Amino acid sequence: MSSSSLSLEEVRRIAALARLRLAPEEEERFAGQLSAILAHVEQLKELDVSGVEPMTHALAAGEVPALREDAVLPGLSPEEALAAAPAREGTAFKVPRIIE
Amino acid sequence: MTAPTQDLVRLGLREAGDAVGARRVSSRALVDAALARIEATDAKVGAFLAVTPERARAAADAADARAAAGARRSPIDGVPLALKDIFLTKGVPTTAGSRILEGYLPPYDATVVERLEAAGAVVVGKLNMDEFAMGSSNENSAYKPCHNPWDLSRTPGGSSGGSAAAVAARQVPGALGTDTGGSIREPAAFCGVVGVKPTYGRVSRYGVIAFASSLDQVGPLARSVGDAAVLLRTVAGHDPRDMTSSTRPVDDYLATLEGGAKGLRVGVPREWLEGGGVDPGVAGAVRSALDAYERLGARLVEISLPHSKYGIGAYYLIAPAEASSNLARYDGVRFGLRAKDARGLKEMYSESRERGFGPEPKRRIMLGTYALSAGYYDAYYLRAQKVRTLIRRDFDAAFERCDVIAGPVTPSVAFRLGERTDDPLKMYLADIFTITCNLAALPGLSVPCGLEAGSGLPVGLQLLGRPFDEATLFRAARALERELPALPAPPGV
Repeated sequence: MSSSSLSLEEVRRIAALARLRLAPEEEERFAGQLSAILAHVEQLKELDVSGVEPMTHALAAGEVPALREDAVLPGLSPEEALAAAPAREGTAFKVPRIIE
Repeated sequence: MTAPTQDLVRLGLREAGDAVGARRVSSRALVDAALARIEATDAKVGAFLAVTPERARAAADAADARAAAGARRSPIDGVPLALKDIFLTKGVPTTAGSRILEGYLPPYDATVVERLEAAGAVVVGKLNMDEFAMGSSNENSAYKPCHNPWDLSRTPGGSSGGSAAAVAARQVPGALGTDTGGSIREPAAFCGVVGVKPTYGRVSRYGVIAFASSLDQVGPLARSVGDAAVLLRTVAGHDPRDMTSSTRPVDDYLATLEGGAKGLRVGVPREWLEGGGVDPGVAGAVRSALDAYERLGARLVEISLPHSKYGIGAYYLIAPAEASSNLARYDGVRFGLRAKDARGLKEMYSESRERGFGPEPKRRIMLGTYALSAGYYDAYYLRAQKVRTLIRRDFDAAFERCDVIAGPVTPSVAFRLGERTDDPLKMYLADIFTITCNLAALPGLSVPCGLEAGSGLPVGLQLLGRPFDEATLFRAARALERELPALPAPPGV
């Protein structure tokens, strides 16, 4: 873990990655607040984790994910799936133009 | 068949179910009493985001017809309940406390909702919560504040604040919540009710709006240990639609509920009460609960959880990382808020998300995106997952020497609304005792253990158990509940 202080530039870069538009005052606030949180998590550096396996799932020992048969089951109809769409055309979700 | 509203709303879940079964009270009367109580108190408490009287009355009448025909579906057939607004309810608004889902009508029910309704329980409404279950005070609700029925100037806790407040305020005898880092146990403690975070995998999360998928779990809140046990048993068990749900059979919690605490080995983590920053009034109530266990024939065993102090750090990397991924689906395309005037697709995404998300989800999306971004993954997320392994090993070692672990739920009683909103880190640090349970995927329970001297506010005792050993938690909590004086009704409502 390197420096735990976030610059405004980094905040903007992360916001762009997260597809979040932030107001200038939010950028300022998040730079400060995220830096404080990251400073706190720096304490994890105290621990020697070499040779420790990461906990990649949360199932208890001996538990295995119960996979279903690969069978077709009833799902939502197109009308049900589209009912909450902000905009639709026919049986498709409509979005703004992607290619200018 | 009619009794005054104030008597009906005092009935616990099982009492209400028994009364319907014996036809002493109709489900319709119970549901009308709950609706009247909500009407009379919720302007002050703010527990409900939506009330569904027509549906509830129709369901109650159906339950009464079943009772008359001798065809009851379960011991809680006809009992009113309410749901945190994180559970999808077909055709009933579901917001997760967020503006981005304002007006959203889900096309299907969560599995737990199906199971409650299959048991005949009557859902009367959807409960207030921190936005996307992110918070410890319910102050991150995008809709309205929720108040603690013990003192309306204080938080009910969060994120399942509405669930705990509604149960404490006698609006409903039971509710479901979710717990990712303490979101059932902390509000249960603050509101003086019982709250259970089951083992990861015990309850299906199909149709539960996701926050942090390796930590989220569904659980009950009720006014007694036995009522919480009945509610958990109703919703627990394998669901083919959630591959993280366990195929293990669900224990019959009631069969062992009254087994007492004699011979029980109660582990007391030395790190939790010593130098843990626990307020004296909370520590005092917790110590008297431990004394009660000794009186009951349990044996206190000092244990050590040396990595628990790293829990917050690991949690505030893992949970935001998973949240940033889960919340990527709110992009204005298929459901939820869309910025209608955005010019291109990318602008539509970022403007919809800017308008729809409140400050806490934004903060966590930012933190999580950072922790997962190129160059930082190993240093943050991967390291946190390794620390998680160390925390789990601490518990594995501790459970060689004890059957349950006991300690405080929170360092303080319910704090005042507005007291911590300017300092997210301080808010996060309040989760210190609840978070490791989620990181280690264990079951945890909060049971009232008295009132703090001076403030008169409830204190919760936290009990943690081995994976899938909820039965022992219920038995241990019930022994304490029977030994300690019952809490009075909350004075705020």
